[in-house]
Amino acid sequence: MGELRLMKGNEAFAEALIRAGADGYFGYPITPQSEVIEYLMAEKPHERTGMVVLQAESELASINMLYGGAGAGKKVATSSSSPGISLMLEGISYMAGAELPCVILNVQRGGPGLGTIQPSQSDYFQATKGGGHGDYRLLVLAPASVQEMSDFVPLAFDLAFKYRNPVMILSDGVIGQMMEKVELFDPIPRWTDEEVIEKNGDWATVGKRPGRERNIITSLDLDPYSMERHNHDLFAKYKKMEEEEVRWEELNTEDAEYFIVAYGSASRISQKAIDLARAEGIKVGLIRPITLYPFPYKVLQEKVQKGAKGFLTVELNMGQMIEDVQLAVKDNAKVEFFGHVGGVIPTPEEVVEALKTKIIGG
Amino acid sequence: MELTADKIKELVVKPENKVYAKTPLLTDKTLSYCPGCGHGVAHRILMELVEEMGLENDTIGIAPVGCSVLAYEFMNVDMQEAAHGRAPALATAIKRLWPGKFVFTYQGDGDLAAIGGNETLHACNRGENITIIFINNGIYGMTGGQMAPTTLPGMRTSTSPYGRDTHMMGNPLKMTEIVAMLPGTYFVTRQAVHTAKHARKAKKAIKKAIEVQLEGKGTSFVEIVSNCNSGWKMTPVKANQWLEENMLDYYHLGDIKVDGKLVKEIV
Amino acid sequence: MAKKVQGYIEIDKEKCKGCELCVVACPKDIIRMSKDVNGKGYHYAEFFNPEPCVGCADCAVVCPDGVITVYRARIEV
Repeated sequence: MGELRLMKGNEAFAEALIRAGADGYFGYPITPQSEVIEYLMAEKPHERTGMVVLQAESELASINMLYGGAGAGKKVATSSSSPGISLMLEGISYMAGAELPCVILNVQRGGPGLGTIQPSQSDYFQATKGGGHGDYRLLVLAPASVQEMSDFVPLAFDLAFKYRNPVMILSDGVIGQMMEKVELFDPIPRWTDEEVIEKNGDWATVGKRPGRERNIITSLDLDPYSMERHNHDLFAKYKKMEEEEVRWEELNTEDAEYFIVAYGSASRISQKAIDLARAEGIKVGLIRPITLYPFPYKVLQEKVQKGAKGFLTVELNMGQMIEDVQLAVKDNAKVEFFGHVGGVIPTPEEVVEALKTKIIGG
Repeated sequence: MELTADKIKELVVKPENKVYAKTPLLTDKTLSYCPGCGHGVAHRILMELVEEMGLENDTIGIAPVGCSVLAYEFMNVDMQEAAHGRAPALATAIKRLWPGKFVFTYQGDGDLAAIGGNETLHACNRGENITIIFINNGIYGMTGGQMAPTTLPGMRTSTSPYGRDTHMMGNPLKMTEIVAMLPGTYFVTRQAVHTAKHARKAKKAIKKAIEVQLEGKGTSFVEIVSNCNSGWKMTPVKANQWLEENMLDYYHLGDIKVDGKLVKEIV
Repeated sequence: MAKKVQGYIEIDKEKCKGCELCVVACPKDIIRMSKDVNGKGYHYAEFFNPEPCVGCADCAVVCPDGVITVYRARIEV
């Protein structure tokens, strides 16, 4: 068993970066995720593993530091919260275009604008549909516990390098701020410079090597036919993700007639709601997407084929993931949304009530 | 013996007599710059130094948006293309993650002094151990000749068609003097490449800038006052005369900071 | 027989963009612009009188497109 600790989600993410062999973290403070950089600064990862940690002058600088570091073949990460992620979108689009691997944590807060510092899930569209300009996708992981704030870090790096694509860990203020027991994984050594060259030297700017042409990191291509090919190549890559990387979790679904679809903190509330509803004899189960992109459409379609009567999405927004649930379910079963915004957290009782009025009785 | 042109060619054109040729660290691709543009000379000087100093396999360059956005097509070393203004952020991470490499940025005035002003200031203030090459031609060349932060007072551009009005648009920004004031910079200089004499001097300055980085002393910053004959709507020869008479009157050439100490009064 | 420093330059006329900066830079005034145009439509630089050339390379140093190769030798005259 790994080392057990009581930690905040943000701290678990930070500790996991060090243990995952990250080469660099570049970030800018913003509530509710500043514990990430605070933890890293206090922990002196440079002494533990040689990892570089730098407080950048802005989120614009942070994400472009990731671009540079990732373009040079290293494992790099940043974290921010909603308004800061908005600032990073230019760089994220460039990284998707240039096919650069990195890990980005978004500990979501409410919006739009400066919004609130309270938890939210209103960046679902931004995270899963691209977010910045141009046609692209991020691979998006949604942790629902402090444990997953740690466990998803090495997974995110593996996926980022497997697909040479930015991976976003889409968390929220509840998961980032709450403390839970976490079992830390054993440290993975950082790649040596020689390993970086061996693994990534065929594409990354690690310095020219005798026997190969120079490497170029760019998202620019002024030849329309070549640029169209590049877009098609990107989407072939995304299709592969859709085929191979869908992750989800089910709870009480074996006999379920009704389904709550929820991720992150909303899935935790929904678990309790399911206990309450089951106590009243309602056969309801939880489907928790772990990858928000690629989304588990097929899982929902299978439930429909087996006779599911209705789906309630529970989200801390005005209803965003519901559009993906509707895409999967179409008109074959009832699909409704329940949620709160602005930092207001739905209660399990409210969720049960919504299930009864919007799905079962509606 | 009468020296005919053919005879001279026969006697002199031999590999052992070659004293100047394009460095192999510039690709054979035709530069995308307009005829007479200083970018070409600046590119060549930089790549000649990378070759002469034996840094070909240890160089990572960054050129962001602007006329030099396609620099990676011409500079035959590992290169990254950055978002507009963000090259110093890329360079910061690359150098910190690969401290043994020579890392340079190659930025224009709109990029470095306008949209990337913050990245420039903070990279220099942290004393990032990188080399910044700053091409200042007082205009946005790539987008078709709009006003830059470095456009001279009264100078006509497509967005200051009656001349830069300093009451409305402020005065030209001397970024080089500003970064020289920051403790993080170790070597700050302003050069030009419009004549052979100036180009040779600029090459010496860039060599020093590279050495400063290799010695780990801090940020080295080389401004090159250059021309934009298309944007200025002049022939290349006229543009260089105009540069001499106008740009250099505002942007004084010479070292501003050497060995971490100001060597010039900043006005 | 005396010796003299003799220079010679070769201009890649197809890559020349006709900016004329080498013409201005040459201290011996032995480069001019051609009447013909190259494949790109530019009047290219022409080295029309080699004899005074000392191979100072000023032309090559100011050439933005790196199209000039310079040779220099001591020859007997």
